[in-house]
Amino acid sequence: MEEYLIIMRLDLITKDAQPSPDQMQAYMKMYHDWVGGIAAQNKFVGGKGLSTEGKVIKSGNVVTDGPYAEVKESIAGFIVVNAKDFDDALEMGRGCPILQGENSVEVRKVVSVHNK
Amino acid sequence: MDTRDLIPHLFRTEYRKIVSVLGKRFGFEHLETAEDITSDTFLTATQSWGVEGVPENPTAWLYQVAKNKALNFLHRQNHFDKKISADLKSDSPKESLPEVDLSPQNIIDSQLKMMFAICHPMLSQEAQIGLSLRILCGFGIEEIANAFLTNKDTINKRLFRAKQSLRNAKIDIDLEDVDIDGRLPSVIKTVYLLFNEGYHSISQAQTLRKDLCLEAMRLCTMLIENETTNTPEVNALLSLMCFHFSRFEARVSIEGEIILYNEQDISLWNTDLISKGGYFLNRAMSGDRVSKYHLEAAIAYWNCQPIDSNVKWENILHLYNQLLQIEYSPAAALNRTYALSKAKGKESALLEAEKLELHDNQFYFALLGELYTDINNKKAKLNLAKAIGMAKSPADRNALQKKIDKIEHRQP
Repeated sequence: MEEYLIIMRLDLITKDAQPSPDQMQAYMKMYHDWVGGIAAQNKFVGGKGLSTEGKVIKSGNVVTDGPYAEVKESIAGFIVVNAKDFDDALEMGRGCPILQGENSVEVRKVVSVHNK
Repeated sequence: MDTRDLIPHLFRTEYRKIVSVLGKRFGFEHLETAEDITSDTFLTATQSWGVEGVPENPTAWLYQVAKNKALNFLHRQNHFDKKISADLKSDSPKESLPEVDLSPQNIIDSQLKMMFAICHPMLSQEAQIGLSLRILCGFGIEEIANAFLTNKDTINKRLFRAKQSLRNAKIDIDLEDVDIDGRLPSVIKTVYLLFNEGYHSISQAQTLRKDLCLEAMRLCTMLIENETTNTPEVNALLSLMCFHFSRFEARVSIEGEIILYNEQDISLWNTDLISKGGYFLNRAMSGDRVSKYHLEAAIAYWNCQPIDSNVKWENILHLYNQLLQIEYSPAAALNRTYALSKAKGKESALLEAEKLELHDNQFYFALLGELYTDINNKKAKLNLAKAIGMAKSPADRNALQKKIDKIEHRQP
C-alpha cells in the first residue's frame, strides 16, 4: 500500500456559493458516507477539515489574508488514504461528494514520510 | 438454601472480595498466598459447616476466618522481615501491628485497585482477561479454560506468567501514584473484551457465556459507582452492554443458530435492560469526546428499535462511518455495508461490498450472498456456497443452506 493525499478544493469566498446550515448538514452526511466507504476498505489513514480563516506568508515577510483573493478554490480539507496504486487512489478521489458541485479534488502521492 | 448450594454461591460472591482485599494488603509479591488463603477459607467453611451447621451470618464468618489466616501469615512475614532487617539495618523499622480490613469500603476500594493493577498495559490482553476472571470474578481455572476454548494447563501457565511479570515489575496495587486517567482506557478495553468473549465467542456453553457478560457488566457498574472512574466512556460501555445483553435470549435459536435482529422474537428482548441502556447512553453524552464505545452503544440503540425505517438505517450507517474512521474492523466494515444496503439499496451497497475484498471471511460471502439475492441469484447462491465452505459450526452452515433453499424455492 502507498499513501496518498486527497485535497478538497472549494470556493470559500463567494458569498452565494456558501451552503446554508441545512445544506451543510446534508453535505457532511455525504462526506461521511464517502469517507466511511474508504474506511470500510481499511484504507483511511486520517484527515482534517480547515477553518475558513487563514494567512499567507510570502517571502519578504509579506502577510496576506489567505490565498482566497487570488484563487477561487481554497483548500477546505484533506484526507490521507492508503491505496494499491495511483488508479486506486484516483478512484477514491472520484467518489468525493464535493465533485457534485463546481469544485475540485487533487490526488497526490506521498513520497517523503515524516515521523509524525 | 442448603449448605451444598450455599458455599458455591458464596464462593461466587465473596471469593473475589476477599482475594482482592488480601491481594492489595499483601502486594503482588504474595498474590498467590492471598489466593491460597482465600481458597483455604472456603475449604474450612465446607468442613466446619458440614459438622457444626451453617453460622448465623455466613459471610461474616468467612471474613473472620480469612482475616485470622491472613493475620497469621502477616505475623510470620513480619517476624521474618524483622529478623532480616535486624541484621541489615541498625535502626529497626517502627513496629506496626498488621491489619486486615474487610469493611465494605475497603472491599470496593481493593477491587477497584486490583482491577487497575491487573489491566496493566505490560500484560497481554489475554493475560489481563484471564487474571480478571480469576481474581476479580472468582472464576475457576476450568471455567476460564472453557471460556478461552483451551485447557487448564494453558490457563495455569498464562496466569502464572502474568503474575510473575507483575511481581517482577514491582507493580503497586495501591493506586496512590497510578495515573487513573491514563490507565482507564486499558481497564475499559479489558471489560469490553470480557463482555465480547461472552457475547460473541463460539463456545457453546450458554450459561458460561452469560456469566462472562454479567461479570463484565458488574465490573463496569463498579467503575460507574466510583466517582473518579465514572466517565462518559464508562457509561457508554455499560449502555452498549445493556443493549446487547437485552437480546441475549433472542439471538440464538434452540439449535444454536444465530438469529439476526430482524428475525428475532421481540418478546424475548429484555425491555428493562433496553431502558437501562438508554439511561446510560444519555449519561455518556455529558462529555464532548465521542469514543468507539459511544458509537457502538448508539448503533446498539438503533438495533433495539424493532421498526425498520430509513431514519434508523441512515443513522446506523452514519455511526458505522464514524466508527470505521476511529477503528477499522472487518465486522464493522461488513455491518456498515449491510446498513448501506438498507439505507440506499442493494445496488449501491454491492458496489462498495465488492471493494471490501475480505476473501478469508465467511461473513463477507454471506453478506454478498444476501446482497445479490433477487439481483443476481446465481451469484447469490455462489457466494452463499462459499460461505458454507468456510463456516465453522454446523449451525452456521444450516442457516446459510436455508438461504440457498429459499432462493431456489423462489425461482420459477
